[in-house]
Amino acid sequence: MISTHALRREFRRSKRAEPVVAVDGIDLTVDAGEVFGLLGPNGAGKSTTMRMLTTLLPPTSGTALVAGHDVARERSAVRRRIGFVAQGGGTDAAETARSELVMQGRVFGMSRADALARANQLLDRFSLTDAADRRLGTWSGGMRRRLDIAIGLVNSPELLLLDEPTTGLDPASRAEVWAEIRAVRDAGTTILLTTHYLEEADELCDRVAIVHKGKVARTGSPDDLKSQVAGDSIVVTLPAGAPETVAPTVREQPWCRGADEVDDRTLRVYVDDGSRAVTDLLRLLDGLSTPVVTLTLTRPSLDDVFLTATGHPLAVAGV
Amino acid sequence: MRFFSDVRLTYARAFRAVLREPSWIIIGLGQPLFYLYLFGPLLDKTGSTRGWPAGTSSWDVFVPGLLVQLVIFNCAFNGFALLSEMRQGVLERLSVTPISRMALLLGRAGRDATLVVVQGAILVGLAVPLGLHLHPGMVVAALILLALGIGLSCLGYGLALLLRSEDALAPVIQGVSLPVLLLSGVFLPLTLAPGWLDDTAEANPLRHTVDAVRALMLGDGRAWLGIVVTLALSLALVVFGTRRFNNTEDLRIN
Repeated sequence: MISTHALRREFRRSKRAEPVVAVDGIDLTVDAGEVFGLLGPNGAGKSTTMRMLTTLLPPTSGTALVAGHDVARERSAVRRRIGFVAQGGGTDAAETARSELVMQGRVFGMSRADALARANQLLDRFSLTDAADRRLGTWSGGMRRRLDIAIGLVNSPELLLLDEPTTGLDPASRAEVWAEIRAVRDAGTTILLTTHYLEEADELCDRVAIVHKGKVARTGSPDDLKSQVAGDSIVVTLPAGAPETVAPTVREQPWCRGADEVDDRTLRVYVDDGSRAVTDLLRLLDGLSTPVVTLTLTRPSLDDVFLTATGHPLAVAGV
Repeated sequence: MRFFSDVRLTYARAFRAVLREPSWIIIGLGQPLFYLYLFGPLLDKTGSTRGWPAGTSSWDVFVPGLLVQLVIFNCAFNGFALLSEMRQGVLERLSVTPISRMALLLGRAGRDATLVVVQGAILVGLAVPLGLHLHPGMVVAALILLALGIGLSCLGYGLALLLRSEDALAPVIQGVSLPVLLLSGVFLPLTLAPGWLDDTAEANPLRHTVDAVRALMLGDGRAWLGIVVTLALSLALVVFGTRRFNNTEDLRIN
């Protein structure tokens, strides 16, 4: 659905100024039917990449094929096949949802009747029919974001591009938007989204590209990325003093990649596959006559992945 | 043709915005109305002088200038509305669809020009009781003002795309429109001016527009030069606006 090669974009403040490289040679392949996420802090180059893929911004160099067409040379073919939902939305506060949806259908060449039918269908699907003829200025942020997505779907696009789809939304609205995005994917539309929220990438995306300083640092499914970073860890609470006693034996086990005595009651054990090693660890401790008070299995987060890939935690990397 | 239906679509959308707030039609007329009632009467003695045909009232000379002023103020200043659409992301959203940017521009400019002709008709209607004589040439004058309106709107939109902020746009448009206005003989015909001023004004295309509108509304004098100049100017401004739009990479203001 998307394939880019060495995609690059520079910005110049003036003709003489040194160019600032926003996107520095990005290679991406997004398959039909998947939800693909560009994850990175603000300023990493996610939005610039997305704007090039929507034809809004010509690349400085490199190529990008979107839905089978070149974004630089076949702009109108690309535009007909995609839907784009910008971060700040794109609706007029003085208009109504129905008229915005109809307008969107009309600019894609639908007849008035077809555009109205499509508008009503989408209003219904996004549960916006009741508010359809109220000025958008009176709508909540979550409703407007759902309308933005509906507008992006008017032309039944093969690919829907969502720039920071849940930034600025409250948790309830975010969950609603996530549900809508999943429904769009289930209906067969490919989705590319940008986000700087780890949970969002984790929850929604089939595959993620970690973008840092205009480059792709890692690509893969959230699970693959996490297991590449490091294995899982098991944290056990034991009777006082026990961690020190058992640690050497634990470290000798073939499934163990390391063990830290966190304090005199807590032991953290690093393993490749946590769900299997749990049994081994419990059996071992049982053999050592050490009762286990609590046990927690933790898997690495995308934050750990981000940290390993870029050397910065996501939360501060943009600053 | 697809292009014309796209223009019509944008035009209809822009017009709906006016129908939601019809008071803007009157607000846009405010300044010319002040000139009509509070400045026009001062000119009472000028009509019969300086070589106008017998029976010409001062209003016959003054109102055509006011009409051009109306077009300048209501069209060139419409860039502000575009900035608001850029801020809301409407322009960006529509630019990722197959509709052509020229159609987006011309639909809006056409709306602005239509409005200004409606406002002009109201102004003329109000000037008749004061002493304005109607002449059929007015219809051609209305068409010239329509063309000028489209051109100046495109200028306003092009400058808005270039400057991207109200703070920058206001002084530029103010600063340009005032000398242009004074050098076009809007208030008094430049035939009254000393030679150097008259010569300077020759270089101002709007001066010829005012001359043509005046000639057409009087039914006397040469109008063709002004018609040609106005059409050429409007065309150039449409080209300017379209190129600005096509070359603007970031259609959103945050």
